[in-house]
Amino acid sequence: MKVETRKFVAKTGNEAAAFAMKQINPDVVAAYPITPSSEIVMIFSKYVADGEVDTEFIPVESEHSAISVCIGASASGARVITATSSQGLALMHEILYIASSMRLPIVMIVGNRALSGPLNIHCDHSDTMGSRDCGWIQMYCENANEVYHTIINAVRISEEANLPCMVMMDGFIVTHGMEKVFVLEDEEVKSFIGKRKPLYSLLDVEKPITLGSLTLFDYYLEYKRNQLEGVIKAKKIINDVFEEYRARFGINVPSFVEEYNIEDAEIVVVVMSSAAGTFKEVVDELRNKGEKVGVLRLKVMRPFPYEILREKLTNVKVVGVMDRAETFSTMGGPLSIELRAALYPLSKRPLVQSFVFGLGGREFGIEDAMKVFDILKDIGMKNKITEEYIYIGLRE
Amino acid sequence: MKRILSLKELAERTVGLASGHRACAGCSFPSIIRMVLGSSDYPVVVSNATGCLEVVSTIYPYSAWPCSWIHVAFENAAAVISGVEAAYKALKRRGEIKEDKKIVFIAIGGDGGTYDIGLQALSGALERGHNFLYVLYDNQAYMNTGIQRSSATPFGASTTTSPAGKSSFGKIQDRKEIIEIVAAHKIPYVAQASISHWGDLIRKLRKAYEIEGPKFISIIAPCVIGWGYKEDETVEIARLAVETCFWPLYEIEEGVYRVNYKPKEKLPVKTFLLKQERFSHLIGRDDLIEEIQKKVDEKWEKLLRLDGLKVF
Repeated sequence: MKVETRKFVAKTGNEAAAFAMKQINPDVVAAYPITPSSEIVMIFSKYVADGEVDTEFIPVESEHSAISVCIGASASGARVITATSSQGLALMHEILYIASSMRLPIVMIVGNRALSGPLNIHCDHSDTMGSRDCGWIQMYCENANEVYHTIINAVRISEEANLPCMVMMDGFIVTHGMEKVFVLEDEEVKSFIGKRKPLYSLLDVEKPITLGSLTLFDYYLEYKRNQLEGVIKAKKIINDVFEEYRARFGINVPSFVEEYNIEDAEIVVVVMSSAAGTFKEVVDELRNKGEKVGVLRLKVMRPFPYEILREKLTNVKVVGVMDRAETFSTMGGPLSIELRAALYPLSKRPLVQSFVFGLGGREFGIEDAMKVFDILKDIGMKNKITEEYIYIGLRE
Repeated sequence: MKRILSLKELAERTVGLASGHRACAGCSFPSIIRMVLGSSDYPVVVSNATGCLEVVSTIYPYSAWPCSWIHVAFENAAAVISGVEAAYKALKRRGEIKEDKKIVFIAIGGDGGTYDIGLQALSGALERGHNFLYVLYDNQAYMNTGIQRSSATPFGASTTTSPAGKSSFGKIQDRKEIIEIVAAHKIPYVAQASISHWGDLIRKLRKAYEIEGPKFISIIAPCVIGWGYKEDETVEIARLAVETCFWPLYEIEEGVYRVNYKPKEKLPVKTFLLKQERFSHLIGRDDLIEEIQKKVDEKWEKLLRLDGLKVF
């Protein structure tokens, strides 16, 4: 079925996420509400209350317990989903590593939000960027429609890769923004995700397992290498699952990157999540003036698709990398640092200018995106990077 | 009500920690775990908090556990077992697990993972009413990390972070009343027990396995290293804790208090204290020993007053 002929509904990102969860009808959902993703669990609670799902819903006393419950349930063979943001994700941090090292499929929906301090409830990526090395798959969505479809794919990816998987959307911008979401039929979702087939389960009491044992210097290194193998294999799984989805339902959600006018582009902005939309607008405008500009939206931060980025950016003259998070490395945000590292082995590589923007929900508009391209054009002309990284929209 | 098992019957049950685990000689928890696992007529899933027990029994690639077992972190054993139990309920509802398949869910933690860092997860799980038994093995300090004081450490005990010294007599605060805190959640069953009185312990375990909802059993777990006594005195020390009423055996079932054991002759607490290195600095400090005796007496008398009373 083509997208145009599909049923669409108006939904916010949170509503779209909750609706996907309803269609998935997971075995266990454990969550502790936190702004701006609270609504996901609130809406889902109503589905439970109305008997529209028969999920075991565990409204825990903290995010730390939410992820702990998810681990217990996933290790017992259940299909598990949770949702969180910011401080909630930070409170889960210790347990995130354990979930991935146990190779447990769990889907977590995250409404990206700044981390304290100072306290701020609005969007940036400091929360999930802080979790990017926890061994989870991380997928950043541009809009509510993509959130909906990505969650459904994430169930399959997570279970096939035996890795937990985060699906991100920008707090308030997407979590609370009403958008057009093309939805699948319940049956389509059901047939696509199938049933979870766990490799082992704590509830298989005839075959007892010991999970989470103490592992010392004689095995820990091998353990981590094995875990890495799992993440490497996940790349193909991510690709294959999305490909199958696109083929079956005619809905074009990107797997790793979204390319926008980059074929012949001399200047490309690499950006994640909702700000990509702003850049696409500006690219349209600049293309009308005959400028060779484009946008490469990175969807998957973990595993980092460096192969694709190398291939797509090798012939570009200037690349601008947009980070909605600070690392305090004094050399830019996390994406720009990784992208520079990814491009370094190339003999022919672009100039890379790093930008930080939108922290704590700071507005990022058309003029800001235009300014980014102006700076990049200037760099192109001078053929030189002079500033390590630039804050966009900073009041000085 | 299920019958109490004889020691012979218990010994004949194959479930229990396998030999070869690396607990210290004289450690009390292998006996505790054998009784906990052996008393169940049903298959068991254990969620174990980080601590001595987890560390000594599951050094990869070995495991001493005969049942399904998971360890996640220090403070979340109760939350993890909540997830296991939730999965069991969900999968049963969906026909993936047979309706008549009973599994017993047990979370096990030491005092650190229960009284202190794990208290929140425990409280949450109790409040939500999950069907599980929480077993606390109470050795009264952070033994695994070097005998630091915990909120379970008794008044006057010397630990590495509450050491007795020239101007200190050890821990200056009382133990947290974990049983009362847990009971305040109004769960169906709370009990305090000791391996020295194994009949009572097994009866409590077997009762707990038949009750729906959250259950909590606190078992005194003398620690050779942390308490400072000879390896073959573990059960004796536990017995003295009971006979001096330092560790009364009691239960709170559906809100009704019951003292399960009244010593024929209540021994002075001194006989329990001075067998241990952690209290050895109290020799000659009769004022402090008297103070401890007073605390023990007050608690014991309070329990006797509560015996038979329904408190919630």
